[in-house]
Amino acid sequence: MELERKILKLYEKDATLNHQQMAIMLGVDEKTVTDTIARLEKEGVILGYNAIINWEKWGDDGVTAMIDVKVVPEREVGFDSIAERVSRYPEVRCVYLMSGTYDLSVVVQGETMKDVARFVAEKLATLEHVQSTTSHFVLKRYKQDNFLFNDKEEDRRLVVSP
Amino acid sequence: MSNMKKYLNPRVAAIPPSGIRKFFDLVVQTQGVISLGVGEPDFVTPWHIREACFYSLEKGYTMYTSNLGMPELRQEIAAYMLRTYGLEYDPETEILVTVGVSEAVDLAIRSLVSVGDEVLIPEPSYVSYLPVSDLAYAKSVSLTTTADNEFRLTREELAARVTSQSKLLVLPYPNNPTGGIMRREDLADLVDVIIDNDLIVVSDEIYSELTYAGEHVSIASLPGMRDRTVVLNGFSKAFAMTGWRIGYACGHADIIATMNKIHQYTMLCAPIMGQVAAMEALRHGKPAMRKMVEDYNYRRRVMLQGLADIGLACFEPRGAFYVFPSIQVTGMNSEEFAEKLLQEEKVAVVPGNAFGPSGEGFIRCCYAASLDNIEEALQRMGRFVERHRSQKPSSSTAAACRN
Repeated sequence: MELERKILKLYEKDATLNHQQMAIMLGVDEKTVTDTIARLEKEGVILGYNAIINWEKWGDDGVTAMIDVKVVPEREVGFDSIAERVSRYPEVRCVYLMSGTYDLSVVVQGETMKDVARFVAEKLATLEHVQSTTSHFVLKRYKQDNFLFNDKEEDRRLVVSP
Repeated sequence: MSNMKKYLNPRVAAIPPSGIRKFFDLVVQTQGVISLGVGEPDFVTPWHIREACFYSLEKGYTMYTSNLGMPELRQEIAAYMLRTYGLEYDPETEILVTVGVSEAVDLAIRSLVSVGDEVLIPEPSYVSYLPVSDLAYAKSVSLTTTADNEFRLTREELAARVTSQSKLLVLPYPNNPTGGIMRREDLADLVDVIIDNDLIVVSDEIYSELTYAGEHVSIASLPGMRDRTVVLNGFSKAFAMTGWRIGYACGHADIIATMNKIHQYTMLCAPIMGQVAAMEALRHGKPAMRKMVEDYNYRRRVMLQGLADIGLACFEPRGAFYVFPSIQVTGMNSEEFAEKLLQEEKVAVVPGNAFGPSGEGFIRCCYAASLDNIEEALQRMGRFVERHRSQKPSSSTAAACRN
């Protein structure tokens, strides 16, 4: 369990580490790492790997919005059925069930603000059980998944010290 | 005033410049260097600790504190010493907050020795014990430690060097530069020699949290040793707080009072901003510290594997964030190796002889660096060693390789 936790933590921080590197870092053999990762992938603990990209820097000005959705829960299945349905739209990046004044928090991505607005008005708001939606558009990103969007902090240490 | 030198204190003038300083000047002149030559964490102080300092400044905490340090901080230190090392100190009289452990080393040595007393110092070791003893008019005596014995201080070596003039034993473990540690049984082995010869121990435990095999043991926790030991520790290494300059000394009330006498006239008190930050570190810093230590341990293994692949023999260090490999296969001395490695491959390491003559034949590499930099540095060192491997590796190196 402790080894699994360590592997997951390392991977979460840097998915470019290869199995050999990880084995050295953890002081175990490479096969153990390979087998553990294969199993965690199969069990769906590791869902996948992707890169964290500063699209704005690259020149793309897509739009992201956080939509607060109020939902009438369904008998027997509660929020799951509607949440799973919302999750299937390719425009939707994340779906969370929230405590508090609304129920689902939905992160939607589109090329323009119009795209997102149309998706909310035509697809999301019209779903049965959806009572209301409130859209918040992201203006600027500062940090995502532990990465800061501004330039990396430099190593300011003296190059040699006792 | 053409001959200024004649005005200088001859005792200070006679102290040779630090070997590290000389090498530092060389490194700063070179561009694009990957440095494994640093002696501090590559992490920045955890945010919650920095934030506690901002808040205290906003609240106007900008004044002197008690000479001994803020009472709340001393209470936190007492609680930390008890829960971590099983050591009980009275925060009112047995704990002194200092400007880094560096000040504490100076205060402890000056408070305990006088003209002619001997200070026993294991070697290789951090660079300050010897000159500080010298400035205190004491005579420093080096105790040799070896790679074969993982740079631990042995009872035999201590017994062989101790004389009727011996007053102090400095015990710097986990060790800079070797990464060696002293386990409970290694320490226990020394105790009766220490007691029989009526020595006081100054135990510099600044790297205590950076121990990768078992738990750090303080010699003060062994029977009969508490009142004979001044334990020095601080925040620089464990909490990545080098620039804050906060350390502390724990020991018998009479020793602490004497240290405080010098401290109050020379330093007055440690800076309050640092003390506030240190308090936050002890109260809430453990999770962040544990993470950093786990990270060092990962990189320690990468470094060791890399050195093994290159063919530089190195015992497995279980403390601090240094490896101390032998460079004998190259036939170079440590300064030559470090200088050539810098010129040819732009990797900075510290020559072992900067830590005393018995560090000759070794280099200190710090693995408090990013994984990418460690791997790149190892590749460059690999090329370098391949190019300079001498024809006949000496037999002692071959023996060390097998260890």
